[in-house]
Amino acid sequence: MSSVTYDHVVKRYTSDLTVVKDFNVEIKDKEFMVLVGPSGCGKSTALRMLAGLESISEGQIRIGDRVVNDVAAKDRDIAMVFQSYALYPHMSVYDNMAFPLQMQHMKKPDIDTRVKNASRILGLDNFLVRKPRALSGGQRQRVALGRAIVRNPKVFLLDEPLSNLDAKLRGQTRIELQKLHRDLETTFIYVTHDQVEAMTMGDRIAIMNAGILQQVGSPGEIYDHPANLFVAGFIGSPTMNFVPATVENGSAKASGFSVKLPKPIAATKGTLGFRPEAVTDRVTDEANSMQMKVDVVERLGSDQFLYGKVGSDAVTARVDPRMKVDPGDTVKLGLDTRTLHFFDAESELALL
Amino acid sequence: MTIASERVAVPAAERRLSPEWLGNIFSKSLLHVVVIGITLMWIVPTLGLLVSSFRSPADIASTGWWTALSPPFKFTLDNYTGVLNTSNLGTSFFNSFMITIPATVIPVTIAAFAAYAFSWMKFWGRDFFFLALVGLLAVPLQATFIPILSLFVKLGLTPDNVGFLGLWLAHTGYGLPFAIYLLANFFRSLPTDLFESAEIDGAGTLTVFFRIVLPLSVPAIASLVIFQFLWIWNDYLVALIYVGGTADYAPLTVTIANLVNSNGQGWELLTAAAFFSMIVPLIVFFSLQRFFVRGILAGSVKG
Repeated sequence: MSSVTYDHVVKRYTSDLTVVKDFNVEIKDKEFMVLVGPSGCGKSTALRMLAGLESISEGQIRIGDRVVNDVAAKDRDIAMVFQSYALYPHMSVYDNMAFPLQMQHMKKPDIDTRVKNASRILGLDNFLVRKPRALSGGQRQRVALGRAIVRNPKVFLLDEPLSNLDAKLRGQTRIELQKLHRDLETTFIYVTHDQVEAMTMGDRIAIMNAGILQQVGSPGEIYDHPANLFVAGFIGSPTMNFVPATVENGSAKASGFSVKLPKPIAATKGTLGFRPEAVTDRVTDEANSMQMKVDVVERLGSDQFLYGKVGSDAVTARVDPRMKVDPGDTVKLGLDTRTLHFFDAESELALL
Repeated sequence: MTIASERVAVPAAERRLSPEWLGNIFSKSLLHVVVIGITLMWIVPTLGLLVSSFRSPADIASTGWWTALSPPFKFTLDNYTGVLNTSNLGTSFFNSFMITIPATVIPVTIAAFAAYAFSWMKFWGRDFFFLALVGLLAVPLQATFIPILSLFVKLGLTPDNVGFLGLWLAHTGYGLPFAIYLLANFFRSLPTDLFESAEIDGAGTLTVFFRIVLPLSVPAIASLVIFQFLWIWNDYLVALIYVGGTADYAPLTVTIANLVNSNGQGWELLTAAAFFSMIVPLIVFFSLQRFFVRGILAGSVKG
């Protein structure tokens, strides 16, 4: 029940190894914030600095109004769920959840109430006497969550909590976590490398790359208005199409097609970006159509993805699943110009 | 998929006589024969000792122990009664315990604390001290007898003044490097996440040590206790040097060795005494056996 502020935070291991650079984010009270980025981008380090497991080289981290730079991890009023769960293997499920409360010297009946409450929320009632080794992966994961819930912390930190689960369970747990967030009404900070988790769970998403924060925004904002080439390529699956293009008279010209830009931009060269769903089998305007030589056809039932070449550029298209296409065919596709992006050749920033 | 289903379709009888199956059985049995053979070879001397301990001195001197295994049988308990009637055997037995138990408990306790510090606490010169400790493993303990004994005499740590204390300290010193080395390596293998999780949960250093590290290290500590116990129980030289002269403090090993007189007579008593002394280590080993739990960390950090 508290906001979290990263104020010009830097993490430096040695003078030439800086893993988090000038990190500024304000996470609102009760918000579900997702930190996402490729592995090694510094997202876990950012979380661990907040948890108190790593020191802060420069800047300030505040929980609420309190600067926590020099506050011990246990006094920050946070709880963390580890990717590996980190359960105490020799303790029962009950003792695992009671441990943090025992450390606070809470009275036994109070501990009992809280543990029973958490186990009811998580459906662990029947497993309280078991040891972690006698639990399934999903149950262990819930014990790890329970150990965080009992503390009633101001901020929940979750470090890739779903990556050890199989695909089906991951989908389920994703929904359960969102429910939990709604029920607990607490700030959640969630680290993941999985853009699907980020898009589905986050109220807002902070995208990091190489220690630098790229963009913060709601899933919709980030998907529709990526701030730069990296964000555009990282979010969305299949990834956005990028084709090198030149701009002349308000039109972008690529190797295989040209398209009228919805508004003028101040660049002559750069990268034209459009998502696969913007390339369809519906040709509304001959001026925005293209001829694609199809290499691979992927039928997913609800969708059909075509991978091929337009001119000399690789392009992915999402077409009607009923459309009959075979590899080697050349098909005519239409481009929806409402969702075009254009990135500067030098700065890679979005101009459109 | 097709390969898998074809495999299932092969009748069991056909598989049983296939060349693969025969080769498999052959290599497995060969392995068993070799393992059993080596085990038997290892047991032969002990078996000989056991048989000899039930034979009379005259028989031992005249024929090999294996002749006793065929008729006429002439087994006797004389050696055992002989040993038990030796004047200070009871005292030595008691002394052995008085030496071994503290000399096991003290170093293992100190080593556990030290190993925790070496593996999970950050302090200045940690790596240097650990390296120095490993270096100590290579010091031959025989080389330390004279300087330590003269130091003990100077400090008054002789049996007449302080009883077993000097010997306990000596054994602690000799045992610590290995004990710390073994435990530190084990502690280091515990997952980092457990410690971080405990830190966030609010557990201090001592709590982490007593409530997480120790319970998870029971197998390592049990094996260390067995090692140290056996080494001290069987130790002859160190005990002889530090308390050996005085019969009141001599452990079983020293007393048993004294059974043989200077002419080499009376060694038939040794055979019986050896088995007498062997009982305790066996009890220790089998009672600690149950602490060797496989997979004590299971369920902690894997999905």
